[in-house]
Amino acid sequence: MLSNTVVTEGLPSMGLDLQSSFIEALGGLGLGPGMARLLWLPLPMLLVLVSAVVGVLVNVWLERKISAAAQQRIGPEYAGALGLLQPMADGLKLLFKEDIIPARADSLLFTLGPVLVLVPVILSWLVVPFGQNLLISNVGVGIFLWIALSSIQPIGLLMSGYASNNKYSLLGGLRAAAQSISYEIPLALAVLAIVMMSNSLSTVDIVNQQTGSGILSWNIWRQPVGFVIFWICALAECERLPFDLPEAEEELVAGYQTEYAGMKFALFYLGSYINLVLSALLVSVLYLGGWGFPVPVEWLAGLLGQSVDAPLVQLITGAVGIVMTILKAYLLVFFAILLRWTVPRVRIDQLLDLGWKFLLPIALVNLLITAALKLAFPSAFGG
Amino acid sequence: MTVASTTQLVCFVILSSTLVLGSLAVVLLPNIVYSAFLLAGVFLSVAGLYLLLNASFVAAAQVLVYVGAVNVLILFAIMLVNKKENLDPIPGMAVRRLLSAAVCAGLLVLLIRVAITTPWALPGPIPVGEDATIRIGEHLFSDYLLPFELASVLLLMSMIGAIVLARRDVFSSDIITGEPADQILIEKERSPMLLEPNDPAPLRSSP
Repeated sequence: MLSNTVVTEGLPSMGLDLQSSFIEALGGLGLGPGMARLLWLPLPMLLVLVSAVVGVLVNVWLERKISAAAQQRIGPEYAGALGLLQPMADGLKLLFKEDIIPARADSLLFTLGPVLVLVPVILSWLVVPFGQNLLISNVGVGIFLWIALSSIQPIGLLMSGYASNNKYSLLGGLRAAAQSISYEIPLALAVLAIVMMSNSLSTVDIVNQQTGSGILSWNIWRQPVGFVIFWICALAECERLPFDLPEAEEELVAGYQTEYAGMKFALFYLGSYINLVLSALLVSVLYLGGWGFPVPVEWLAGLLGQSVDAPLVQLITGAVGIVMTILKAYLLVFFAILLRWTVPRVRIDQLLDLGWKFLLPIALVNLLITAALKLAFPSAFGG
Repeated sequence: MTVASTTQLVCFVILSSTLVLGSLAVVLLPNIVYSAFLLAGVFLSVAGLYLLLNASFVAAAQVLVYVGAVNVLILFAIMLVNKKENLDPIPGMAVRRLLSAAVCAGLLVLLIRVAITTPWALPGPIPVGEDATIRIGEHLFSDYLLPFELASVLLLMSMIGAIVLARRDVFSSDIITGEPADQILIEKERSPMLLEPNDPAPLRSSP
């Protein structure tokens, strides 16, 4: 990755550039730019990793509380205020549990499976932008990298399903692979329509194309069908409840997770929740204007008589950007959780019918219409 | 040497050794499931080599197509039909293995000779970097249009072939032999099976 990461050349008037400030500050201490860049590299990665894990903790708490509310219970109450420490307790419990490998299982593949599920999900955070320069790396292939990485996951699921030496696990793994393959295609087609409109695969460019007139310029108004397709497919890729057939507990015990315990189970758990937050973040990047505020920040700054380039304004815009990204993402996570606790599960034939016979043609038609509109109205649909 | 070039060298050594060892293991391992998983590793390290060559789009496409689609389908097929059965020993196995090893070794020697004797233009052209996606698109729709379309026709043909093979029940006679097809469409009835009222419910009858 080293050779082809691009140093973000943000427009000078657009937000903070922490990296160049950091390199300049270290240059003041007598370090060369190469060395300073090397010291800088792990910092955003660590920050994103920590925020992903914290995001999972928040997610688990939300899931417990919202499910309780949907079922008219109270939910976790005693661990910390409002049960805020409950996810920590869950995590610690999993950490201290015995790590069991079944006697007739294939221990190597059994161990490697959960790792292969988690690593691509965490790698995909590479392209999630929280601001103009607030992302790990503005790689040119951006959103395509996420699609490619998320296609590795089924191999991990198949691996753990096979290695468990258990019929339920194998069935769960096969279902997971079938589901993931069939929903990847409409997902990619929905993304392709967005890419066509913004003329770039980079997530930063996709968000920049949605700025200008605040909430009105968000892609959701131009791609309502694409938004619905993407959201359904993202839920299916995350194996959230209307589509959680791979681990359907009434039919398959827990699918590919059946034989797992302790930290290896926790890896699956982490992976699925990180994936949910990641999908929500990408929906907000692709369709809801990413870090954009519903009212254009430039207009607000002009109203207050401030220049957009002033350091304080830049700081506030950056902070607003991060808050907006997270707010939008968690709004979508809230919807996902609400869906999980109110909607019944689909059958496997319904799932495949929906993917292949409904979403795929609709996504193709959506792509064609987007192309036609782009040719007809280049000003509104990206020239 | 700078930090960047050292990292590049280390990455190259790791990637190429996993590539070579992994592909040897794919061919030589007796367990087909291990071979299939290792094939995914081989494809991933090829993608890593593309990344080192500054071709990030090709690398991502490699992961998406080969790891995400081809390899998953191979695994899927293996796991759906993974029966433990003892195949009959093939006569003259040692001779067959020796012959195929000799052919492979000859091919390797030939390729190495080509690699050594070809006057490679060094250093190669400057990497296009992030514009590569646009350049690939331009080439696909101008001078490489015919191969591109031919590839899609090929895919269409294989798709139709697969459908024909899978749905032989819809034809009254076999396509290849012309004999009447004896396969019938196996599909469960949509309505649930009802037990006859005077039937003594064999499932529930217990002493």
